[in-house]
Amino acid sequence: MKRARPATVSEGWEKAGSPLDIARIRQDFPILRQRVHGKPLVYLDNAATSQKPQCVIDAVRRYYEAENSNIHRGIHYLSERATAEYEETRAKVQRFLNASDSREIVFVRGTTEGINLVTQSYGRKFVKAGDEILITAMEHHSNIVPWQILCEQAGARLRVIPMNHDGELLLEEYERLLGGRTKLVAVAHVSNALGTVNPVKQIVELAHRRGVPVLLDGAQAAPHMAVDVQALDCDFYTFSGHKLFGPTGIGVLYGKAPHLEAMPPYQAGGDMISLVTFEKTHYNVLPYKFEAGTPHIAGGIGLGAAVDYVTGIGLEAIAAYERELLAYATQALSAIRGLKVIGTAKEKAAVLSFVLEGVHPHDIGTILDREGVAIRAGHHCAMPVMQRFGVPATARASFAFYNTKEEVDVLVRGVHKVLKVFR
Amino acid sequence: MSELSELYQEVILDHNKSPRNFHKLKDADRTADGYNPLCGDKVTVYVKLDGEVIREISFEGSGCAISKASASMMTESLKGKTAGEAEALFDRVHKMLTGEPGANGGAADLGKLAVLSGVCQFPARVKCASLSWHTFQAAMKKAGGTASTE
Repeated sequence: MKRARPATVSEGWEKAGSPLDIARIRQDFPILRQRVHGKPLVYLDNAATSQKPQCVIDAVRRYYEAENSNIHRGIHYLSERATAEYEETRAKVQRFLNASDSREIVFVRGTTEGINLVTQSYGRKFVKAGDEILITAMEHHSNIVPWQILCEQAGARLRVIPMNHDGELLLEEYERLLGGRTKLVAVAHVSNALGTVNPVKQIVELAHRRGVPVLLDGAQAAPHMAVDVQALDCDFYTFSGHKLFGPTGIGVLYGKAPHLEAMPPYQAGGDMISLVTFEKTHYNVLPYKFEAGTPHIAGGIGLGAAVDYVTGIGLEAIAAYERELLAYATQALSAIRGLKVIGTAKEKAAVLSFVLEGVHPHDIGTILDREGVAIRAGHHCAMPVMQRFGVPATARASFAFYNTKEEVDVLVRGVHKVLKVFR
Repeated sequence: MSELSELYQEVILDHNKSPRNFHKLKDADRTADGYNPLCGDKVTVYVKLDGEVIREISFEGSGCAISKASASMMTESLKGKTAGEAEALFDRVHKMLTGEPGANGGAADLGKLAVLSGVCQFPARVKCASLSWHTFQAAMKKAGGTASTE
């Protein structure tokens, strides 16, 4: 709607054939014009959170300046407008994920809450003592800990699908682990620490053959590739707005309607009820049954603008451009002596984790920061992944469609500076 | 590079490359683990006491150049000190790391430890430099648990 742009070939540095006009796209992000320590900001921490285009900032501002009111209850003008815009986001997200029904789109705070909702609502009802939950060796803590808590509550067992040294899941091990006791499979669509794109369609197929539902953690996937929940046939899919160029504090849980219908409420309060007496309460219909209390209305409206923005550019074009960027960055970084890329799966999203011989990632991060380059250094909330690869931490550069090859060059020069300090 | 070269001074890089007293102390009477959940830095500090005096002190673990160098220099500076002297020294080091006003006057008599004064220009790295000190403190209090920078 707002920033939809036709495919153009840039006259700038862009390689001919790339359909994205990156120079123009960058102008949509006011934060990218900034200098850090006297150097142009090179923002390569998109897996942690992404920057916001002007249209998202404007949407949030417009809500507070012209529409601020509570939703789903007002009979006045402002409330009707705000409700309409908030609910419009639900319809946009439905189209974005290709869900069959907007009742299947539940607003949550983010991916973490999406997973917690499933563990505490679906899990508490359907997972019993002796049952098993399958996750993978490359999960973010937020797709590990909620299941651990559920398993403790239910007396169930958490089992882990292993991966190889490239960071690819061992599917034969997965098949072996899938058994009569398996009650649910929870897998990252894309690994935040390694960049691996998991074969989720196949994972869902294998689970469904045994009647086991699958949750996909889409936090790192939804911003970077087209997601079709019907084609994937997953039972739950969850992502965060702030990694999709939208506001923090708003995210989405998609769930197939029959599952959501069968699940008890997650939190109780206003908006999730249809009738309350002291004797009995009737819950609201989907998706409101899962949306207790006044939500992050501005966030929801901002997310709608973000979905419009990325859809306007096109997820296919974004994925193609980021693939090119990843290939360029992988080659440039791998050429540095003593640098090792962690996560070398054949199917990868634009995440580059690396370690440098004799230099701790934290020191890499500090020196790069002084060059204006923002990366993440640490365990990326995936400590089991670090243990698997025998490193205490990694440095991670993660890209978005507004990043350029020139920025990759700045990163590479920065890494050479690190080497100079330490050698 | 001025603030950077102040942070990564030769002495710090040297301690990072060849940390002193970097081993387990078998007959330690005080020990504690320190952990920085933010970056995953881990350190174990071992202390052998002779009454009130720190007879031996060593450390093990993994971490960035700042945390490793800080731990290494801490062990050098605490050997032979009494528990009370160590506590007072930590107080002054902490003030230097956080850039507390008036701390600079004290940095002069901190000796070698003064090379860590560059850390105060990097707020994100203060925890790296103070981790081993917090861990030492936990060991002396015999909390037996884990020190955290949080």
